This record gives sequence, C-alpha cells and structure tokens, in this order.
Amino acid sequence: MSALLEVRNLVTEFGKGLGLLAVNGVSFTLDRGKVLGLVGESGSGKSVTGFSIMRLLDKPGRIASGQILFDGVDLATTSEGEMRRLRGKRIAMVFQDPMMTLNPVLTVGTQLIEAVLAHEAVPKEVARQRARDALGLVGIPSPEERLSAYPHEFSGGMRQRVAIAIALLHRPDLIIADEPTTALDVTIQSQIISEFQRLTEQSKTAVIWITHDLAIVSRLADEIAVMYAGRLVETGSVAHVLGTPRHPYTRGLIMSVPSQNRRGEPLRQIPGITPAINRLPPGCSFRARCDRATEGCSAMPELSWEGARAYRCFHPVEGPTHER
Amino acid sequence: MAVSLIRRLIQAIFVILAMTVIVFVGVNVIGNPVDILINPDANQAERLRVIAHYGLDQPLWKQYMLFLQGLVHGDFGNSFVYGRPALSLILERLPATLELAISALLIAIVIGLPLGLYAGLYPNRISSRLIMSGSILGFSLPTFWVGLMLIMVFAVELRWLPTNGRGATAEFLGAQWSFLTRNGLSHLLLPAFNLALFKTSLILRLTRAGVQEVLPQDYIKFARAKGLSERRIVFVHVLKNLMIPLVTIIGLEFGSLIAFSVVTESIFAWPGMGKLIIDSINLLDRPVIVAYLMMMVILFVGLNFIIDVCYTLLDPRVRLDAKA
Ligand SMILES: Nc1ncnc2c1ncn2[C@@H]1O[C@H](COP(=O)(O)OP(=O)(O)OP(=O)(O)O)[C@@H](O)[C@H]1O
Ligand code: SF4
Ligand SMILES: [Mg+2]
Repeated sequence: MSALLEVRNLVTEFGKGLGLLAVNGVSFTLDRGKVLGLVGESGSGKSVTGFSIMRLLDKPGRIASGQILFDGVDLATTSEGEMRRLRGKRIAMVFQDPMMTLNPVLTVGTQLIEAVLAHEAVPKEVARQRARDALGLVGIPSPEERLSAYPHEFSGGMRQRVAIAIALLHRPDLIIADEPTTALDVTIQSQIISEFQRLTEQSKTAVIWITHDLAIVSRLADEIAVMYAGRLVETGSVAHVLGTPRHPYTRGLIMSVPSQNRRGEPLRQIPGITPAINRLPPGCSFRARCDRATEGCSAMPELSWEGARAYRCFHPVEGPTHER
Repeated sequence: MAVSLIRRLIQAIFVILAMTVIVFVGVNVIGNPVDILINPDANQAERLRVIAHYGLDQPLWKQYMLFLQGLVHGDFGNSFVYGRPALSLILERLPATLELAISALLIAIVIGLPLGLYAGLYPNRISSRLIMSGSILGFSLPTFWVGLMLIMVFAVELRWLPTNGRGATAEFLGAQWSFLTRNGLSHLLLPAFNLALFKTSLILRLTRAGVQEVLPQDYIKFARAKGLSERRIVFVHVLKNLMIPLVTIIGLEFGSLIAFSVVTESIFAWPGMGKLIIDSINLLDRPVIVAYLMMMVILFVGLNFIIDVCYTLLDPRVRLDAKA
C-alpha cells in the first residue's frame, strides 16, 4: 500500500525570485494512521510546510516546486475547487492560537454546522445534531446549550476543543496540528493531547504534529522530521532519531530538554539563533552554531540515508546521546 | 442589557439638556433678541409690549425654564415669517429631507459596499485601483460643484432628468412622498445622487479597509481550512465582522446627511428642511432656527442611541460586557 502523504522536494518561497525560501526541498512520507512530529526552532518553516499542504499560504507565499502527493493527487498543482473539497473533509488543520481561530461574531454552533454542510448535503437539523455530537465527543459539557454560545464565552482550552471537534467532523485522513497546545497551560495541554490522541486513533487519522516540544513528540509520534532554516536536517522513527540522533542540531535540541536520566546536569542550549532565511550562509546552514563544523561544511550536505532514517550532515554524531 | 440601555438613555437625556443650554445661550444671551424681534422704528410702548410678549423681561433662568417647558410641549413659538408654529413648519418639510437622505444613503450603500468589498478582496487588480482613485474624487469634489455639473449634464445637455423641486408626490403614512410616483422619482434621482457621492466614497473606503483587516485573521484561514466556499467566507465570515463599523458609520452619516442636505436642497430647489433653515437664517426667523437646532440634537442623540442598541445585537462581546 502506498503512503497517504508523500511530500517530495517541496519548495515554498515568499517573494518571487528573492530567494526567500521558507521551505527548501523538504521530503517526507506519512502512512495512514501514523503520527509525524515536525520539529524545529521558531522560523524553521514548520508552519509554512503545513500551510503548503493545505494550500493556504499567506501572500506572497507560493509553492515554487515539488510535489505533495495525497492519496495519489498532487496537492501542489491540483485545482482550487479540488482543494476546497479536500479541506475539512479529508485534510483538516488545527491552529496554534485557539483565541484567534474561531470567528468572534458567529456562534460556535454556526461554525460547526457550516463545516458539516460544506461537505455534506444534509438537512440543517441533521447537521446540528452532528455538531452537537462532535462537541460532546471532545468533552465539552452540555453541548446542546453550548452550540448557541459565542467563542468568547469559552476558555482557551475549550476553544481548542471546539477547533478539534471541527477538524474531526468528517473523520479526515490527515490532520495538520500546528502547535495546538502551545498557547494553553500545562494541565490543559496534557488533557488535550490525550483526547486528541484517543480521537485520531479511533478515526485512524494520520497526524502531522508541528511543535518544538520534543517531550510531546516522544509521547505522540511514530516518525519525526527535524527542520532547520527551511530544510529537513534529520528524519526517521522517533526511537531512532531521539535515541541516537545523528545531526548535531537534533542532538542539541535533545540536550536542551530537561530529562529524568540527565538530572543534575546543566541544560545545554544550542548557542546562537536560527539564521534568517534571507541571510543563510553558503554551505550547511547550521555551520555557524555547530561544534563539529569543518572546512568541508562550507558545501551543502545532502540527505544521507541509513535504512529508514536520514540526516543532512558531513560529520554525523555516533552512538547514544547521554554518553556524550 | 436592560440596565445598560437605561444607563444610555439617561446619558442621552443629559446630552439633550446640555444642548438646550447651549442653544438657549446662543440664541438668547449672545446677541440681543430684542434687536432682532423689534422693528427699529417702533415706539417705546410697542417695544415693551413685544418684550413682555416674548417674556424677555423675565430673569434668564426663568426664560430658560419657559424655553424648556415649550420644548417639552413641542412649542417653539410661531414663525415670524409664516406666522405658524415653527415645529409644524419643520415637520412639514421633514418627509422631503427624509426621503432625500434615505435615498442618498441607500445609493451610498448599494454602490459603496460591493465596490469596497471588491477592492478589498482583489486589491491588486487594476479595476480595484480605479475604484479607489474614483473614491478619492468622491471625497474631494465639493458637493455644490458636483450638483451643478449634474444639472449641466443630465438636465441642460441631455435633458434626461428634471432638477427643480419634488415633482409629483403621493400620500403615504399621512405625508407626501416623491419616490412613490414616476415623476417624483425622476426629480429625486439627481439630488439623491449628488448627496450620496461623498458617503459612497466613505462607505467604500471603510468597507475596503475592513476587508483588508479581517482577511488576514486566523479565523478566516480556519474557515478556509474547513473547506467553506469563498462566497460563504466573504458574505458571512468577513461581512458579519464588517457590520459593526459599518453600522456605526451609516448611523452617524445618516444624521449628517439630514443636517447637511442644505447645499443639495438649495441647488436642486428641494423643498426640505435644509432649504427652510437657510431661508430662516437669512430672514432671522428665530423660532424656526431654534426648533431646527433642537430637532437636530434630538436626531443625533437618537441615532447614537439606536447605534448602541445595534451594537449589542451585532457584537456578542458587547452583550457580555453589559451583563457583567
Ligand atoms: N507571510 C509571510 N511573509 C513572508 N515571509 C514569511 C511569511 N510567513 C512565513 N515567512 C517566512 O517563513 C519562515 C518560516 O516561518 P514558519 O512560520 O513556517 O516558522 P515556524 O517553524 O512555524 O516557526 P514557529 O515555531 O515560530 O511557528 C519565517 O522565518 C519567515 O521568514
Ligand atoms: S555538516 Fe558540518 S556544520 Fe553542518 S551540521 Fe554537520 S558537522 Fe555541523
Ligand atoms: Mg509556526
């Protein structure tokens, strides 16, 4: 069986010909029902990757080249009408800030019902019933009454549940979750992650979970893709990549997370910051911050494959992390 | 909600009271009404008779009380020119002005709103740029000049439309209206268009600005991610958010249309309140001026009150504030 989603050499640019490549040659595959953790620092191009798949890029962003094969259809080139039929129905998205994702002047019920009606010609009453059930499913108490409430009458966590309810309405094949818990406080975060996990497992929905929180990835994901300055620098199964990272950047990310088995050791932050995409040095983008960099790193390393995993580095890290 | 309405009602009454003081001071204290009222050739006995008749020998506060008392009973005295109650003179002219203002407002909405939506949705099209340049003309050309041009082109050169008076009228709700007859309607067209020009530009630019503010919002992106049709996004998600500023401006501008229809009414010899007030000012017809000023105060305060009520209906967040 072929993969549900296969992204090949995706390039997304802002400003034609200006070299503002927010996503630069990204490739990955995702099987049905699997969870991919897409990680990387702020500005590394995670959201732009997600919005490229949805074809909802802000202007002047556009897909410059590459393919996004979703169940055999290339989303990079398919018609806008086809995209509209897929969005919400087979590919859904949950955004980072639940305070901003619901229209403030429409009731939650309206926003759920219209999502049902966008893809199914059912009577309004049936749509309403579906909406109510969807709210119940994500753990919102007294869903019937809440249908006529406005977004501002909900807490952040409850609003994100509404957004998740909308995303799950049509049991999509793929959900892109762009840091859906970052704006919530920790206890709510944990609840939402569990609910999300339970519901996507039930509906066999594949998930691209965008985050910079490795703890979430290790809890949720099957696969992981690490992005740096618009490029994929390491990818593979969660066990492999988090257990024995090959790319110095991935290792740096892992070392900067507090962990049980390194208790007492100081956290090691990666020095420096992500370079702006319009000011990338030639060669390996991580060079300026890398403690393994050599002269040779002034050329761009290609992805090297090691079975099902790959990394983009001339001098990959060997062995498990905690021994170093 | 009821509490906040009552609070606003009380505020409105205070504003009206404050305005009565200003009008009273303006007319009775600054400048001596005696000079206006009495023929300079009159003898002393005649002078005293007139002064006593208008209560001008009373202390100021008592005069003010009499003025208020008159106001409550709708009694502003008789017009010096027509010898009839000032208020009924104005009310007679009200339908003419009202239908001119309403027609102008409708024209402004029907033209300004769709063009503004279009220019906001497709800002880079040449047609949008043309629309925006056109709206600058609508802003900067003086009303009287445009009025004269309209008369030149459509009445003098093309002889399509009449330009003088209201034409034939028909009765409705106890008043005479031009828009109910073909002839009256043809008389109404040019002045209404003249009056509408400025407001059209205003509504157009406001709509465009609103669209550009709403479009980049996350909730619009999320609506797209649900797979909604473009039509539903524009006419429900965008437009509903635009209604709040639009209703405010339309309400306020309706007041100013009535108050400032003076120029248009003069050019097109439209027998409305604006024409009456200009004539009354020229003839120093004090009761009519005072009655007109108070009508305008009550009109504006009333409109503001209605706008407030509309707010609570349109913006769910305002409703909650009022409950708290
Ligand atoms: N609307 C835009 N216009 C121009 N450039 C943009 C736009 N949106 C994103 N970019 C560029 O794309 C780059 C990647 O942005 P993206 O939002 O994908 O980062 P991210 O990995 O999601 O970061 P974060 O963790 O902060 O969400 C940014 O550095 C920015 O330069
Ligand atoms: S290629 Fe060189 S600079 Fe880049 S990550 Fe590997 S060692 Fe560091
Ligand atoms: Mg992001």
